[in-house]
Formats: sequence, structure tokens, C-alpha cells
Amino acid sequence: MSAVSGPRTAVAVTAAKAAAVLSRRLGFGGGTALPGLVADAVAPGLAARLAARLGHGCVLITGTNGKTTTARLVRNIAQAAGYRPVHNHSGSNLMRGITACLIEATDARGQLRQPERRLGIFEVDEATLPEAAAALSPRVVAFTNLFRDQLDRYGEVDSVAAVWRRALAALPPATTVVLNADDPGVASLADACRGPVLFYAVSDTACAVEEIEHAADARWCPACGCEYTYSAVFYGHVGHWSCPGCGRARPAADIEATRVGQRPDAPLRLSLSTPSGQLDLSLPLMGLYNAYNALAAVSVAVALAVPAEAIQTGAASFTAAFGRQERMVVRGREVHTILAKNPAGLNQVLRAISAEEGPKNLLFLLNDDIADGRDVSWIWDVDFEMLAGQAALLLASGRRAADMALRLKYADIDAYPGIEPDTEAALEMALALTPEGERLYVSPTYTAMLQVRKLLARWGQRPPFWEEA
Amino acid sequence: METALRLAHLYPKLMNLYGDRGNILCLRRRCQQRGITLVVDELELGDSLEPAAYDLIFIGGAQDREQRRVAADLLETKAEALHQAVAEGVVLLAVCGGYQLLGRYYRPAAGEELAGVGIFDAWTVHPGPTARRFIGNVVVRWQGGTLVGFENHGGRTYLGPSARPLARVIAGFGNNGRDGSEGAVRGENAFGTYLHGSLLPKNPRLADHLIVQALRRRYGEVELAALDDALEERAHAEAVRLATKKAIFRKR
Repeated sequence: MSAVSGPRTAVAVTAAKAAAVLSRRLGFGGGTALPGLVADAVAPGLAARLAARLGHGCVLITGTNGKTTTARLVRNIAQAAGYRPVHNHSGSNLMRGITACLIEATDARGQLRQPERRLGIFEVDEATLPEAAAALSPRVVAFTNLFRDQLDRYGEVDSVAAVWRRALAALPPATTVVLNADDPGVASLADACRGPVLFYAVSDTACAVEEIEHAADARWCPACGCEYTYSAVFYGHVGHWSCPGCGRARPAADIEATRVGQRPDAPLRLSLSTPSGQLDLSLPLMGLYNAYNALAAVSVAVALAVPAEAIQTGAASFTAAFGRQERMVVRGREVHTILAKNPAGLNQVLRAISAEEGPKNLLFLLNDDIADGRDVSWIWDVDFEMLAGQAALLLASGRRAADMALRLKYADIDAYPGIEPDTEAALEMALALTPEGERLYVSPTYTAMLQVRKLLARWGQRPPFWEEA
Repeated sequence: METALRLAHLYPKLMNLYGDRGNILCLRRRCQQRGITLVVDELELGDSLEPAAYDLIFIGGAQDREQRRVAADLLETKAEALHQAVAEGVVLLAVCGGYQLLGRYYRPAAGEELAGVGIFDAWTVHPGPTARRFIGNVVVRWQGGTLVGFENHGGRTYLGPSARPLARVIAGFGNNGRDGSEGAVRGENAFGTYLHGSLLPKNPRLADHLIVQALRRRYGEVELAALDDALEERAHAEAVRLATKKAIFRKR
């Protein structure tokens, strides 16, 4: 008898499922992590045993920004290709969240339903990658980008890269690794790969910005210490880079965006050149960073040998994750919520917002819980100055509302920043002050986003996120 | 006559880990609002520092890898000029990694000891990879009031007899988590600290203290016009409240 159907597994699965129900009933949240913790206590190694049963294996997606969006896009493509995904869609991306979502895919006896059609699609916390890779033996591991994020939690950018290298060196040689050729910190992981590598990149230099942002991190070649030079910078340190010292340079891409169409209030249009031919995609997202997320997702699909038609169909069915980049109408105002939790991410969000037309109503929510990063000094590395002259309404909220307001004051955005630390009161105020028919941009950090979407779900009749497909 | 000050920002690309740029934005703005032009020169690896040309010098923090390269460059191209500048009254602010490198030496958890510039009679020792890192909100007592910030350092800094602490810890760790000292001061014009966050925007009193010193040296007795610091003071007060509140009572 296999370990998966052993009595201990059944007990673990039952206990975990009960924990999930209980967690939701008691209003603790979506029950996205607790079941994993319970299962692991009763039957350690359960995730590995369940993952081994996934008929099509699994895909891991990690990186500083874009994990959730990339994974969701892969999920839609996989569905279009006829797979039945097991996907940690709530964004619970530590080992316990992955375990919990594997358990959710089982029946009462602890057996995966329809194992032969199953593909695991897991977004993985940067620091959890070694553990997840060892437990789940992925077919594909994809990396989005590497930026400073929560230095108090992950340590330095260099130590995240070192953790990833360790994970890559331990992968089976059959695993395909998907890398961002335009991010030097990610592209250089290729040295640590034992198996096939697929690179993705943007080649449309019409998207380039004038100069490198303050949020750039990987500026120096780790091999020789020289400062990289760029023929085109897209955002942060992402672009067409090369090292004048040792000649290392952006590798040739296998999957390439030859045209990126960004127009205000229009979907993101991408022309991709891939080994499976030319693909034209249109996605309800904004910002060049989402072009990279789409490239990462398409590269994963290529690695899984998904046919071009399924990629096209899957991408066409894509909707953004609730709260990450969500548009909804609340009380006659279009509320556009965009998660941003580090300098590179927020810069991209601001760039996308400032490309839209008309005066902007803006609410920034800054929390300093562990999941946000306790240190809020990162806001001083964000180029809020690009909003100068564009704001009609400027509000700061969250536990560090005053810090945010002070940063906004320094950016001279015309409107004087208002402060309302309480999330609900701030959202109420922002809605009241946004003229009917206009758009309100809400940019929260992670834990603030959880509060915001709970409120918006109530006011705008959206289902709670754990009930979302 | 136009009032102008000149600031040397040392290694803005290499030493910019925790929003250190906010300190420059703050000094520039607080000068500008009083009709003072602040000219900022960015000095990187290999650039020499002309001690007589500057009124203020700033250096921020960095990752270990960058810190090593900066340590070597400081000794090679800037140490002598830094000593001369500080002796002549140029105002110096060094934050986190920059503060460590301006001490006598830094002994990392692994690898060779880094020789420091020796502006501060202080040394820093990293007690090893398993030792607790000092991370969190900090409040310190300074000149009858408080300074607030965030600290994140593995190294413990100890002061020698000729250095004075910048401030006394109220909440947080400070130099070494033991003796209650935070930062270091040499003479009246050189300041080292572990506080970022960014430091100066939320601590306008310290920012003005630096500006006044720099102005006095060049223009004689000066009085700085008061500014509207309502937001600054609110952010400061909130930071004090968050840092001193017991963790158990934190509202989630």
C-alpha cells in the first residue's frame, strides 16, 4: 500500500480539512495556512508524498515581484491545455500554504482527485525555495526578478541570490529553469543550473526609460565588480545590460516580447516570439512589469510543451488577482487597487498610474507588519516625484500613515497629503472625496491589501478571496 | 550674497541600502526653504575628496559585499581628506555601514577584518552568523528630546575613551545592545549612527543641527527660520509610540 493512502495520511488530511473549515467559521481568514500546519504535525512529509502523485508534476514560481500574477496566468494557460491545476491561488506561499492547497485537492481518504490530470502550480516565497524544491521535485522552476524587499526579513539581496543558487544546484538535471534575461541578478543564476534553461526578455526598446531608477539593486557584476552598462533600461536594474569588465552580458532570449503596447485605459498588448511561433496576447493589466510576468508565464508554458493555441486561450481568460491589480466599481467610483510592497514594485505602479489620463485620486496604505516588512524606510527609495502635478486627492493610511504622508510631502505632488491611519475610515474618506464617476487608485502593502479587499468585497459584492476560482 | 552649502555624498550608488537618499532630500529641502542652495556632489569609487570644498559629508549603509569594496576605496582615496575635513569643522553624518567603516575597524562574521578610517574612536565586531541581528524600531534620547529610526545590523559597536555616544537608547538596541549607547560623536561636527528610516526627515531637529553647524562655519552666527514641521512631528511622535509600545499590545 502506498504511503499516500496510509491511515496516518487519512487522519492528517481529515484533521487539516477540519482545521480549514474551523478557521473560516471562526473568521480567522481563508484557512490557507492552518491546514498545512496541522497536516505537517500529524503526517510530516505529506506535501512531498502528495506532490509525487501529481500526474504532470509541478511548477514553482519565485522572485521578488510578480509571483502571484505569473502563477495565475500559468494556471489559466494550464486549464486551457486540459490540465487540472493544483494552485496556491490565495498567495499563501510558504510550505504550509502549499501543503494546504495539495490537501484541498484530495478526497476524504487522502487521495488526489484525478491525479493523472493534475499539474501543481505553486508560487513560492523566495526564502522557501530550497525547501519547496527539495520536497516537490518540480519539472519547472521560474524566476521573475530580484529586488530589495523586506531586508529585515530576508536579509540582503545577495543572500537571497545565494539561497536560490543552493536550491538550483540541488535540482534534478531534468528540471527546466526559466530565467529573466533582462534582470542581471536573475540571469546570472544560469551558472548554477544543471539542466535546461529558458530565458525570456523584452526586446522592444521603445519601452526604455531615460535613466536608471533609485530602486536599482544589481548594478555591479558579481564576477568582476564592474558597474553594468545599459543600452536600454526598462525599470529598476532590468534592461539590456552588459559588463564592460569581463564581457558578461544579457543572454540571448528564447521567449521575447518584440512589441509591448501600453496605452492608458487599454489592455496590455504583447507580441511574443517563442519557439512555438509568434503569439499576440492582450491582458487586462497595466505596467511593463506585467509584460515580464506574462513572459515568465508563457516561458513556463513553453517548458511544459503547451501548444500555442492553449497559451492564447488561457491568456484570454485571465483576470488579475483580487487586490493585486483589481478594478471594481464601488459607490459609483472605479476603484483600482494595486499591491505594491517594495521600491521597484511601487515605482512600476506609479509609472503606470502617471501614464493614465487626468488628475489622480490616490490612497497609499503603509503597514509595517512582518509580512509587509517592519522597516518602512524603503519608501524613500521610491520615485513619488513622478506624480508631481497630477494628484487631485492624496491620502496616506496604515500603521505608518504618518511616514507615508511625510514622504509624499517631500515629493511635492501639489495636493497636501491627508492622514487617516485606520484602513476602513481611510477608504470611506477616499471614496467620499473622489468625485462620482472618477477613478480612485488604492496602493496598499501586503497586510493592508488583505484589509482593503475584505472591505471592497463587502461594499462591492466581491466574494472573499478564498472562494475565488 | 547668495547663501550656499556644498555636500559630498559618498558612494550614493554603493551605499544606499535603506532609503539613505531621504537624508539628502531632507537637507536639500530644509536648506531650500530658507533660501540656501545645497549643492550635492556624488563621489564614487576612485573619486578623490577635496576637503576644503565641502561643508557637509554624508555616507550611508550597504550590504557586506559593497562594504568591503568601499572600505578599501575609503582608505585608498578618501581617508586622509576625511580626517582633514573633520578637523576643520566640516559636518559629517555617517549612517549604519558608513558609521561602521568610519570607526577603527570592522570585524565581520566571516572573512578578513576591515580596517576603518578611524574618524570615530569605535570598533565593530560581528559576533558570528548565529548571533541575533539587531532589527527594529529605535528611539534614543538626544539633546533633551528624542531621535527615531529603524536599525538593522549584525555588528556590535563599542566606543573607545575619546568617542562620545550620540544618544542614549530608550527603545531598541543601539551600538551593541548592552551599554545603552547609540552612535558616536567626534568633536562637535562628526556624527555616526545606526538609525535609518530615513533618519533626517523624521528628525528635523537633527537635520537643522547639521545645517546650522555647517552655516556657522562658513558664514558666522546664523539663525534658521522655523519651518512647518507638523507632518514631521507627527511621524516622529508615531514612531516613538510604535517603538515604545509593548509588542503584545500591538494592534494587528
